[in-house]
Amino acid sequence: MNTDRRENLLARRSAILAAILVGVLFLLLPLLAVFVEALRRGLPPALEAIADPDAIASIRLTLLVAAIAVPVNTIGGVAAAWCITKFDFPGRGAMLAFIELPFSVSPVISGLVWVLLFGAQGWFGPWLQERDIQIIFALPGLVLATVFVTFPFVARTLVPLMQEQGRSAEEAAATLGASGWQTFLRVTLPDIRWALLSGVLLCNARAMGEFGAVSVVSGHIRGETNTMPLHVEILYNEYQFVGAFAVAALLALLALVTLGAKAVLERYSGMLGAML
Amino acid sequence: MMAAASTVFIAPPVEREKPTGAARGRWFGLRRGPLPGFGLTFGLTLLWLGLIVLLPLAALALRPWTLGIEGVFRSLSEPRVLAALRLSFVSALLAAALNVPLGLLLAWVLVRERFPGRRLLDAAVDLPFALPTAVAGLALTALYAPNGWLGAPLAALGWQVAYTPWGIGIAMMFVGLPFIVRSVEPVLRDFPRDAEEVAATLGATAAQTMWRVVLPALRPALLAGFTMAFARAVGEYGSIIFIAGNRPMVSEIAPLLIVIRLEQFDYAGASAVGLAMLVLAFAILLALNLLQRRAG
Repeated sequence: MNTDRRENLLARRSAILAAILVGVLFLLLPLLAVFVEALRRGLPPALEAIADPDAIASIRLTLLVAAIAVPVNTIGGVAAAWCITKFDFPGRGAMLAFIELPFSVSPVISGLVWVLLFGAQGWFGPWLQERDIQIIFALPGLVLATVFVTFPFVARTLVPLMQEQGRSAEEAAATLGASGWQTFLRVTLPDIRWALLSGVLLCNARAMGEFGAVSVVSGHIRGETNTMPLHVEILYNEYQFVGAFAVAALLALLALVTLGAKAVLERYSGMLGAML
Repeated sequence: MMAAASTVFIAPPVEREKPTGAARGRWFGLRRGPLPGFGLTFGLTLLWLGLIVLLPLAALALRPWTLGIEGVFRSLSEPRVLAALRLSFVSALLAAALNVPLGLLLAWVLVRERFPGRRLLDAAVDLPFALPTAVAGLALTALYAPNGWLGAPLAALGWQVAYTPWGIGIAMMFVGLPFIVRSVEPVLRDFPRDAEEVAATLGATAAQTMWRVVLPALRPALLAGFTMAFARAVGEYGSIIFIAGNRPMVSEIAPLLIVIRLEQFDYAGASAVGLAMLVLAFAILLALNLLQRRAG
């Protein structure tokens, strides 16, 4: 019995040690490497790389793209969650499956589909060219690709929560004469606000960090159609490693802020692991 | 009795229509609950789904056939395409499979043990979700390059990771690991410890308890995590292209081939590879889902 227990303790200790080893070597070390590489020659060169006009332009573009894509997906996500959880209709499951579809589509394909629609040889390409409207290799293409990739985040965070909360509160409000907007703003929204915020945060993090999809539609015009992740790639391919890692470190900071904010939100709302 | 009767009385029958405006509760002749907003939200969701997801995917599904059926198969049977598809799918399956024991270990320790640094480890698990893929790609390349922190000792052992298919596997494991951990964790948290104690009391060794009692209960969650990790890895691009080396026939993944064909303005060829990837991935996801249903 005694040796049993000792063996058991040994097994548990080694499991903890192994898990910590995986966490440090496999998960944390890459993050550390980004900051170490960025500061390899000290702080000034790193800051210089971030203050470079092309880098500033890429930061501005990234913020602009996210500022359009995130609200679009927030409105759509809330509408979809309301529709799916507050009503019964045939095809609800299919609707949810279609909403989650972009998660299982390669980022490159998420960019490719827009080129097939709006590229020079795309379905609407000639029509757009006649009217001198540019979508691919321009801001609208970047926005569309980002919207596609971040499409499921808000809906997916809200649907399980709203399903669990049921409809009785909203039905009571409606029976008492509240309008649809009143019901949503005063009854539903207070219950879902933390989850909504968490979904918006994840959506935003992905929107700002997306690489594959925007890389296909961007055209990589320096200072014009390069978002931050694309700027990182260009610098890296030009062997400007400190610059590449400096901008990458900025993106890594964004990821850390997102994780921190999400942890705070989870403590507020008591919900667990909605990251998927 | 009274209480039960009165609740039955108060609870409104869901199917009953409100007297105010029969139109509100009706949509295509179907009756709904008393809540407003079905038309608006249903319409908005359909519009959003149609324009953002379905129309673009329809373009992908139709474009390759402008080559003709034979042309599509010729375009897909080029050795370089076949090699890229095989590399992407085999590596993604292997990476997801290797992630299963790692993810199980992390989930187990996070749920069952208390130790200093546990919260940090918990947060670290979400890192691959939150870190932009290009950043992950750069970081992994720096680490596993022949002169990197991990690459140098591995190279001394004669194992080159970066710029080989091994690097692709490492990147795929990095992006897939959280899916396994996060899908196993809740099931493990709810798993009754009594079951293990009973098994131990009945004379089962720790290994037998793990193999015969705990693992069967976790199988559906492990399979779900495996499925998500695979789906993520097979289409992954940003974290792979920096570390892969991208040599045709050796370390060139299928998504990169799509990018290369697009750069040559070969839209149909690019979408043929894209469609093949989607069809293959969905076939595997469907099979895994069926397996999951049987396991559950």
